[in-house]
Amino acid sequence: MVMAAEPQFHVLAVDDSLFDRKLIERLLQKASCQVTTVDSGYKALEFLGLREGVEINDPDAVSTSPVIHQEVEVNLIITDYCMPSMTGYDLLKEVKESSACKNIPVVIMSSENVPARISRCLEEGAEEFFLKPVRLADLNKLKPHMMKTKLKNQKLEEIETPSKDESGTVAAVVEPEVKNLTEI
Amino acid sequence: MQRQVALIKQSLFDQGYLDEQFMELEELQDDVNPNFVEEVATLYFKDSARLINSIDQALERGSFDFNRLDNYMHQFKGSSTSIGASKVKTECTMFREYCRMGNAEGCLRTFQQVKKEHATLRKKLEHYFQLARQAGPKETARRSK
Repeated sequence: MVMAAEPQFHVLAVDDSLFDRKLIERLLQKASCQVTTVDSGYKALEFLGLREGVEINDPDAVSTSPVIHQEVEVNLIITDYCMPSMTGYDLLKEVKESSACKNIPVVIMSSENVPARISRCLEEGAEEFFLKPVRLADLNKLKPHMMKTKLKNQKLEEIETPSKDESGTVAAVVEPEVKNLTEI
Repeated sequence: MQRQVALIKQSLFDQGYLDEQFMELEELQDDVNPNFVEEVATLYFKDSARLINSIDQALERGSFDFNRLDNYMHQFKGSSTSIGASKVKTECTMFREYCRMGNAEGCLRTFQQVKKEHATLRKKLEHYFQLARQAGPKETARRSK
């Protein structure tokens, strides 16, 4: 079975600095990823469907239902560590504590090299910790992590919605595809 | 004209105003995003002007809240590093050292240097971008995504 061109990864990038957001967005695009940027941990949780849409008391705000946005598959979250109100570490914790999103790899970025901070994040489940400025080479290291979740999601999809062609067994359809992808 | 642009850019590196991070940014430019470097540079100068203002005001007030000053400078140093502003970054580092030592005079002195390097870089980059625009699309046309 011939696979289509390189799979598209969707990355959620979180940073309170507009300058840094522009940078990480361009880097991710250059690494052939689809990018969504948000400026706070709260907005990230909202996007992931883990929180209703109100950060501050706003009577006019439309509250979104806490349903996971299943059409929006996120293959990786990359977040700045130092952010006001909710740090990257706080966001990491929330993601890893949620049953829906805990398998999404999370990467933390920081301009400060603080070993205690780094090990704390890695212990909490962060996949990688990048020192800013992040470079293209750093992002290319992330592809295997994103590929893992993408494959997992594809497998789950195929099990939930079995293909209606000749082959009756779903297992037979999934296995060869997985093999091809890992050969790339 | 393009040669002139290239020479100016080279001198910015040779004189230590810019470091390899700037080249990393240039790598991100392509046909679809031909002005990326100038765009981020503009963002940087806008951002950093705001931070300089905040620090200026804090210093003028006379009460040295070193934590606060260090916080501002942390941001300033971060974006200066990301744009490859080498000399600015060096001065920022010094400023933070003085903050940590609680040395008010050192902070004041170094901050003048920060502002000076920042202003110099701004002028030089503005000049460079202006010429680059006049010279027209060059390598970017050859580069593929």
